[in-house]
Amino acid sequence: MSGIALPAPDPRILARKAAIVAELRRLVADPAAVIDDPVELAPYETDAFTAYRRLPLAVVLPSTTAEVSAVLAFCAREGVPVVPRGAGTSLSGGAIPQEDAVVVGVARMNRVLAIDPADRTARVEAGITNLAITEAVAEHGFFYAPDPSSQLACTLAGNIAMNSGGAHCLKYGVTTNNLLGVTLVLVDGSVVELGGAALDSPGYDLLGLVCGSEGQLGIVTEAVVRILPEPEGARPVLLAFPSSEAAGACVADIIGAGIVPVAIEFMDNPAIRICEAFAKAGYPTEAAAMLIVEVEGSDAEIDAELARIVAIARRHGVTTIKESRSATETAQIWKGRKSAFGATGRIADYICMDGTIPTSRLPEVLRRMDEIVRDYGLRVANVFHAGDGNLHPLILYDVNDPDQAARAEACGADILKLCVEVGGCLTGEHGVGIEKRDLMRHQFTEAELLQQMAVRRVFDPAARLNPAKVFPLDLGIAA
Amino acid sequence: MRLEPASEEAAAEAVRRLAAERTPVRIEGGGTRQAVGRPIQTAATLSTRALAGITLYEPAEMVIAARTGTPLAELERVLAEKGQMLPFEPMDHRPLLDSTGEPTVGGMVAGNHSGPRRIKAGACRDALIGLRFVNGRGELLRAGGRVMKNVTGLDLVKLLCGSWGTLALLTEATFKVLPKPEAELTLLFEGLAEPEAVALLCAAMGTPFEPSGAAHLPVGIGAARARTLLRLEGFADSIRYRADRLAAHLREHGPAQRTEGAESAALWRSVRDVLPLVEPGERAVWRLSLPPKRGAEAVAAIRTARACEVLYDWSGGLVWLATAEDEDAGRAAIRAVCERLGGHATLVRGSIDLRARIEPFHPTAERVRRLETGIEDAFDPFGLFNPGLLRAGR
Repeated sequence: MSGIALPAPDPRILARKAAIVAELRRLVADPAAVIDDPVELAPYETDAFTAYRRLPLAVVLPSTTAEVSAVLAFCAREGVPVVPRGAGTSLSGGAIPQEDAVVVGVARMNRVLAIDPADRTARVEAGITNLAITEAVAEHGFFYAPDPSSQLACTLAGNIAMNSGGAHCLKYGVTTNNLLGVTLVLVDGSVVELGGAALDSPGYDLLGLVCGSEGQLGIVTEAVVRILPEPEGARPVLLAFPSSEAAGACVADIIGAGIVPVAIEFMDNPAIRICEAFAKAGYPTEAAAMLIVEVEGSDAEIDAELARIVAIARRHGVTTIKESRSATETAQIWKGRKSAFGATGRIADYICMDGTIPTSRLPEVLRRMDEIVRDYGLRVANVFHAGDGNLHPLILYDVNDPDQAARAEACGADILKLCVEVGGCLTGEHGVGIEKRDLMRHQFTEAELLQQMAVRRVFDPAARLNPAKVFPLDLGIAA
Repeated sequence: MRLEPASEEAAAEAVRRLAAERTPVRIEGGGTRQAVGRPIQTAATLSTRALAGITLYEPAEMVIAARTGTPLAELERVLAEKGQMLPFEPMDHRPLLDSTGEPTVGGMVAGNHSGPRRIKAGACRDALIGLRFVNGRGELLRAGGRVMKNVTGLDLVKLLCGSWGTLALLTEATFKVLPKPEAELTLLFEGLAEPEAVALLCAAMGTPFEPSGAAHLPVGIGAARARTLLRLEGFADSIRYRADRLAAHLREHGPAQRTEGAESAALWRSVRDVLPLVEPGERAVWRLSLPPKRGAEAVAAIRTARACEVLYDWSGGLVWLATAEDEDAGRAAIRAVCERLGGHATLVRGSIDLRARIEPFHPTAERVRRLETGIEDAFDPFGLFNPGLLRAGR
């Protein structure tokens, strides 16, 4: 694919590569923390948005905040762009480098610094993986709530950059609702502390601003996150329906009845078939649509709440009801859903969209999306967080067929425009990155984009941090 | 000059005129919190009173939007009709500040005002998903939207929430809401000393029983004996079960009494609005935000320097502190203790002289303040909105 324009590298920076690398090696304790060999740089040429790839000038993997600070101060003096990187799992190209940029990866900074059950907080280095936080606090009976599908690999730093969500954020919120403080290295190398273990902090909510800023305001090296006590129990029920409309109406009625499950996941027939073939989860492959609804509490509380949910589902013509009876069954039900992206990847290449819509528009959007995809001669599988309207249509195509690839990209753009048209947004949890950069004008006016860019400029006047992302290039940097 | 625009377009036009003349303006909602912050004088006042009305309500999506001049009571009434509520239980400042008028949606957002349930359900800033606002150039802009999950572009919603009207004129706010719980029940432990009470609250918050309120009223604060309160909300069967489990878990702290229904609700209204500290009215009242387990430790340290009465909310993470309004009303001692323990302190009630003399809002670190100044310039390049409210020189 080549639809997304990327700026040409600055030849003056490329010409100074050897000197820049030498200085970077001087700034970090471990010489192996600086990578400049093209073969070793290859893993850093892209992220999970693999259609675009470029080798960076160099990669630095600092071990401390002080090293990050020294590297950023040096790059600022030299006018070298910096691309922050966690685990490189971004689906929107948020971590894709450019040839004249130094990638600063925080993956080596992965220690747990303190766990405080009384304050319900954990202080960690930001390169820790999402799941490792939960693993570290589990012995105290706690967990870290945001659970993106990539949680085994993705870093907290990346979660903060993208304000990541996950299946269980209907009840627990997304990263920004579970983040209490960060240590942030600014583009000039200065270090600021925002927030901490208290529930709020003085001054403007810079923590809220930094979360989801896609690595353009600074590099987060440490964070204080909210940890929550594990529920007594949790159990999903699988509900199958003869139509997507019936499933959508069931979701609306569950919420309308005053029930807020921890998760309500939706899959359409193609997604059900793909996941069942991969995970053997016992999904009803003939169903037009399927919901996984999970509730928490004691056994009696779960029974009572699931009974309420099943009664509602019956009013909407539910065809299969499968309540989990054991931890194994629960894992089985979730395995299908959580492996949706991987399972799809086995049968075709795909682009995963991430638009969010008002849930009341769901039947209409599903119908129109189907039409759009058919018009492009492609196929789509739908898995998404139904409770909050965050869609994940997977557009299937063949990456080796340039025509199909171009159609898939155009098709995705049309779907996102549809999301905005019905009152939603371009991205619910994956971020804008480069993928949706050129669609930003469909959601925001130029004045709105310039207002956001003016705030960004306060942190990074020359726009050297994660450049050429989020904001359309023709708006310039100073705007 | 008093401006009362009746539409967003008129509001934007009014700000453009103020910008052209470089006329600073005080933004006013219901006027119930005018006595918070540094006293300011401006040639113009802009009231949001006429920017009123619910603009969107989708109960099945749990989303509501209203113009910022809408009385909060109206928003809450409309939600209650459908069995829903704002999750964060906003505080009503009228008793504490002895003010009159109707709190507005805009005033609530501007101060990020959040009550006891914040400990479980998050603050105003967590429920706020969209804003429409007029910046200092008179441009009518949007941030966020009406959907629950939205990471498109910079999150200016968070930045504007809690900015006390110093960055922009807010014209419309959109919230995610929650079903109103079917029932509530409060567990009440009597006679605990403050450190033990805070330890109990923190232990309770570490259980899976989901308290939606965790407060402590020390000896003499609203009653002769100290009271430690834990609130449970939800379906009736569920809260009775959770109350049993929680009481058993905490039995080393003594037996727990139970209060339900209206009586429980009245207790939490009193905590939310800090009613036990309202009188005597001439005292200064501080709001301390701390790591929860440090609440009692902070108060003990402050008491070595001066006499005060306190009320704990948020499991110890929010301390309301009333003290005599002498000299600096304890500013130096209070802020030093808070900073040492990882918190900060805001003077919420104080005479106009005191508020002019000391900084009511806790100062931020120098490098952070430079960012804040830059952000002010980015939204409000002519310094029109509530100048000097947060700190001198702006």
